[in-house]
Amino acid sequence: MQAKPRVVAKEQKSKFAGLPICSFAYWLPASLFLSLFFFYPLFRILALSLDASVLTAENLSRAFYVLRFTLYQASLSTLLTFLLGLPAAVLFARFEFRGKSLLRALTAIPFMLPTVVVAAGFNALLGPRGWLSFLFPLSSFQFTGTLTAILIAHVFYNTTIVIRIVGNALAHLDPRLEQAARILGADSRRVWRDVTLPLLRGPMLAAGLLVFLFDFTSFGVVLLLGGPQFSTLEVEIYIQALQFLDLPMAALLSLIQLLCTLIFSILYSRVVTRTSVPLTPKPSIALPPKTVREKIFAASFLFLLSLFFVLPLLSLPLRSITRLEADRGERASVQYGLTGGYYAELFVNRRGSIFYVPPIEAARNSLVYAAATVVLSLALGFPVASALARPGRLERLLDPLLMLPLGASAVTLGIGFIVAFPRILASPWLVPLAHTIIALPFVIRALQPAIASIPDRLRHAAATLGASPFRVWRTVDWPILSRAILAAATFAFTVSLGEFSAAALLTRPDYPTLPVAISRFLSQPGGLNYGQAMAMSTILMLVTLIGILLIEKLRLPGAGEF
Amino acid sequence: MKRFLLLALVLLAACAPQTPALEAVVAPEATPTAAAAPIAAPATLTVMTHDSFAISESVLAAFEQANNIDVTFLAGGDTGSALNKVILSKDAPLADVFYGVDNTFLSRALEAGIFEPYESPMLANVSAEFRLDPQNRALPVDYGDVCINYDKAFFAKNDIPVPTTLGDLIRPEYYGLLAVENPATSSPGLAFLLATIAHFGPENYIGYWKELRANGLVVVNDWETAYYTNFSGSSGHGPQPMVVSYATSPAAEVIYADHPMDEAPTASVLGPDTCFRQIEFVGILAGTANRAAAEKFVDFMLSLPFQEDMPLQMFVLPVDEQAILPDSFYQFIEFPSQPATLSPDEIAANRERWVEEWTQAVLR
Amino acid sequence: MLGLVNISKDYEDKPLLIDVSFTLAAGETICLLGASGSGKSTLLRIIAGLEPPDAGQVLWDGADLSSTPPHARDFGLVFQDYALFPHLTVFENAAFGLRMRKLPNDEIKPRVAEVLDLVNLLGFEKRKVTDLSGGEQQRVALARALAPSPRLLMFDEPLGALDRTLKDDLLNELRTILHRTKIPAIYVTHDQEEAFAIADRVVLLHNGRIVREGSPAEVWSSPGSAWAARFLGVGNVVDGIVLKVQGLRLKVETDFGVFEPHCEHHHAEGERIALLLRHESPSPFGRGARGEGREEINARVEDVLFQREQFKVTLRGGLVVYLDEALKIGEEISVAFAVECLGHE
Repeated sequence: MQAKPRVVAKEQKSKFAGLPICSFAYWLPASLFLSLFFFYPLFRILALSLDASVLTAENLSRAFYVLRFTLYQASLSTLLTFLLGLPAAVLFARFEFRGKSLLRALTAIPFMLPTVVVAAGFNALLGPRGWLSFLFPLSSFQFTGTLTAILIAHVFYNTTIVIRIVGNALAHLDPRLEQAARILGADSRRVWRDVTLPLLRGPMLAAGLLVFLFDFTSFGVVLLLGGPQFSTLEVEIYIQALQFLDLPMAALLSLIQLLCTLIFSILYSRVVTRTSVPLTPKPSIALPPKTVREKIFAASFLFLLSLFFVLPLLSLPLRSITRLEADRGERASVQYGLTGGYYAELFVNRRGSIFYVPPIEAARNSLVYAAATVVLSLALGFPVASALARPGRLERLLDPLLMLPLGASAVTLGIGFIVAFPRILASPWLVPLAHTIIALPFVIRALQPAIASIPDRLRHAAATLGASPFRVWRTVDWPILSRAILAAATFAFTVSLGEFSAAALLTRPDYPTLPVAISRFLSQPGGLNYGQAMAMSTILMLVTLIGILLIEKLRLPGAGEF
Repeated sequence: MKRFLLLALVLLAACAPQTPALEAVVAPEATPTAAAAPIAAPATLTVMTHDSFAISESVLAAFEQANNIDVTFLAGGDTGSALNKVILSKDAPLADVFYGVDNTFLSRALEAGIFEPYESPMLANVSAEFRLDPQNRALPVDYGDVCINYDKAFFAKNDIPVPTTLGDLIRPEYYGLLAVENPATSSPGLAFLLATIAHFGPENYIGYWKELRANGLVVVNDWETAYYTNFSGSSGHGPQPMVVSYATSPAAEVIYADHPMDEAPTASVLGPDTCFRQIEFVGILAGTANRAAAEKFVDFMLSLPFQEDMPLQMFVLPVDEQAILPDSFYQFIEFPSQPATLSPDEIAANRERWVEEWTQAVLR
Repeated sequence: MLGLVNISKDYEDKPLLIDVSFTLAAGETICLLGASGSGKSTLLRIIAGLEPPDAGQVLWDGADLSSTPPHARDFGLVFQDYALFPHLTVFENAAFGLRMRKLPNDEIKPRVAEVLDLVNLLGFEKRKVTDLSGGEQQRVALARALAPSPRLLMFDEPLGALDRTLKDDLLNELRTILHRTKIPAIYVTHDQEEAFAIADRVVLLHNGRIVREGSPAEVWSSPGSAWAARFLGVGNVVDGIVLKVQGLRLKVETDFGVFEPHCEHHHAEGERIALLLRHESPSPFGRGARGEGREEINARVEDVLFQREQFKVTLRGGLVVYLDEALKIGEEISVAFAVECLGHE
């Protein structure tokens, strides 16, 4: 009887502490899941549609043309995302200021907003009737249909990835390394160049890979904001597969996209040296900016981030309570009036439609799917991240494969599902499964550096001091892990709320989520429909904001309470 | 004049006696045997549609009750996506009935052999012009006209005459005033391209588009952007006073106005061939195990309760001439007298080539 | 050289350092000795410029350093866990400070070789620091701090994580290096042996204040307070009550008898004070020869523990003496103690 608790504790240790009992066991759940729900449908659809006849010079040059633009815009977008994201990560990791957690949560919201809504937000700001042209009437600023629109939207969407992954690593970076450098004569610029940035290489590459893959497989942004002049691989796959019904061409493009993703992932795992940087369990304390330079930095980036994130986001709620009583057709004067009518209308089933959904139910559907996605992706992702933290041959081999879901065409996967699982296709439970496929790479990439960074020294020290394995885990692993788990959960949550791959799946019109409800309103003419779409978008934003804030407040005891 | 004609037609239709077949489908008292029989477990029927499908709760409930059928709907994306998903799953059908293939995709659907023929008795009420499949694998349900909508106030204010033909649109006074959708990604965009092909012929339409392009044509990928971002007549208050949308859009602007209106703010350009007629079809999916229930549902879609429910749910027009349209449709919509059409076979044979030619001429 | 003037610092509204002042002479090694939490590490960080003091000044040759940022102070600091740059090799770690001073490569190479030689790490240049043992890492940390020849070296519990033999070896090397380089140093530790082994001068910190300052011998011979005596392990500290006062000579009652120590401060009758009972070796050259305050105590042996060359003998009531011969538990012996007055408890 006495021996029993010890055994349990031991198991717990090996599971959580990441000591490799048999690394295959860590891989099993996630590999089964991905094999069944990702590789199998993908294989089925590619096998069904690939055809040698598609390999004509004309098709290949078309594919090359699209690939070139896809790579070009993705590289540029990633670069710009880091230009804004890195200083923002520093701001959040190093400085304390009022409204910090709110701003941090706000930067995560775009990640889950449907592209239609983001487009509407930017249009309300930068469009022909937006505030910009209201403030500067002479500026004839063309936003939609430009490369600038694609780039800005990508930065808007993905900055949160950099903030979360790099910011989290930065907050846990052993502060004495920078102090050592300062004492050795490095001014703050050189501390950054010679110590901090090199130490953040792993997290930065991880974030960079994620951002790049998202930009690389960008669909909605290019389609809606970029317009017909621009075409990425994913847009082209969509057109070929679902509009022209040219499956062989779509399969060829999907294969190119998959191969590129694989190459990037392999390059990534080659480049990232496995010596992970030691992190400390307690995050370094963020202090209010003190010196003049710190104050200028903090103030200017606070201003920039607020401008970039708050204004477009704010334009939606504003629009949702504003009625534009225009002399229709006049290009200038629009009179604004306040109204709560759009929200009231949300609760009315005016058409008596069977598919009408009250906003609360749509929000509930969204939240149930999101919660299921968080649980599922954490449960599958944690063991894999633990195995990756102590990589062996198996890990090096499988690691790049894990990123494939991010680079696989959602359209191709969606039709793969139809071929592979016609029987369960109508089940509403397929939705969180599909979301988990996309969320899993995020969860793993967010957890792995944290697990790898837990110094064995610390753990051994605690163990020799007589701590039970569970206590070791509680006092050493958990404080470091909890923040990473939080980041991972936030990603999974927002991935699900944003319905990444849902477009390619079948939907049950009687279980609509918030994004589905929004697109329904936007699919018909009429001021009331447009206003309701804005109101529903505002509700989606609020739900996400509250969700993110809750997840961050949920910091379980012992985590980040220093 | 046109409106008067339509009104007369509808009045006539309202006075005409109801067909018995119709009552068998919807009215419970007309099916005494079903009501008297012990209540069996309802048959389940799965109906695949595109995302725009909608139906009134009460109308569907009446059907379900009368026939002891539970209907589940699946939405498969836009028209093209939904059809492609049905074609892909043809060996293990996802549903029993598929609604939503239109005349631009019809040949593709029929070639793929996804439908079983069904000669519905309700077809008697459908005009021959809609019945494009002689074998009745795909049965017409509704139609709609893709037209150029214009912002009335803009033209009144600036004292510019509203264009009446496709040819007018390349005149300099309309420079930069028209937004259209990309035919490669948008169904109304494709329909408008087909209208120009029908009008100018497959040899000459490209020349027309090149001139449109030179005249400041704005192309976007989807209807939502075109209508809400680019069109000045919508709540988005965009920069272009003309957009490719539907003939019914002006009525929707009134019905879903955020403040009461007595006149639609927009209207359609109704010249010869300026509109393209889209007809949507329903069919029973080959290999269904629920043939009987599927037949009942198809009959139901062609019956008056559904045909009359449809206009306000989906802003399309019923193929049953006897169906009475909502008042707003008579008040705020004008219908094209001469919509452009092309045969489904011709569309299926040339669609990709035309879109590719268009892309080269307009976008590159 | 370095001067601290009335340094005070609060931590979470509790005073951590109170009015700390001392000066450091050229080539001198000072040891800041105190229990953990006594504020000694914070004091180092203040000197390094990593934290500002709440009050007081850090001076160098009389000039206030408060506006000089850490990288311009030209000090060196060796951290407890070494804080080596994990992304750099041994060579690059050692060369870091030289690179920051923008030295040309042909000057860096020989200098790094020199300091690596000094710490016995020649040949380790290309190794990754994460692959080194604790002792080797400590040497790299030392080499890194030494390479730019800073005008002051600081050590924050540098040997805390090492085992005893390694510690002794490194301590000797460190002392040699400090003597050879003549760089003034401040060494922070909680280990009095370490402190006595390396320091020219010991500064005892307790509850944020300096409680004793002097050469190791001075501090050892008169710790000056009950806390210091206990912390340094100088002898047996016992409580007593003042029975009688005759000027500075008191009569004090303890569990081990009544003693008559000589005190430097006045105490009233009935006051509780602490006495230091230092074991007097029988050697005629011992301090006991002075005779003053020398007492014989008879007690039973309760525990005997072999320690290196001596036996640690615990007597009744917890008195501890170190003897050369192994006694039996239960034996009654008589031991001579020198009794000193430590003042207030």
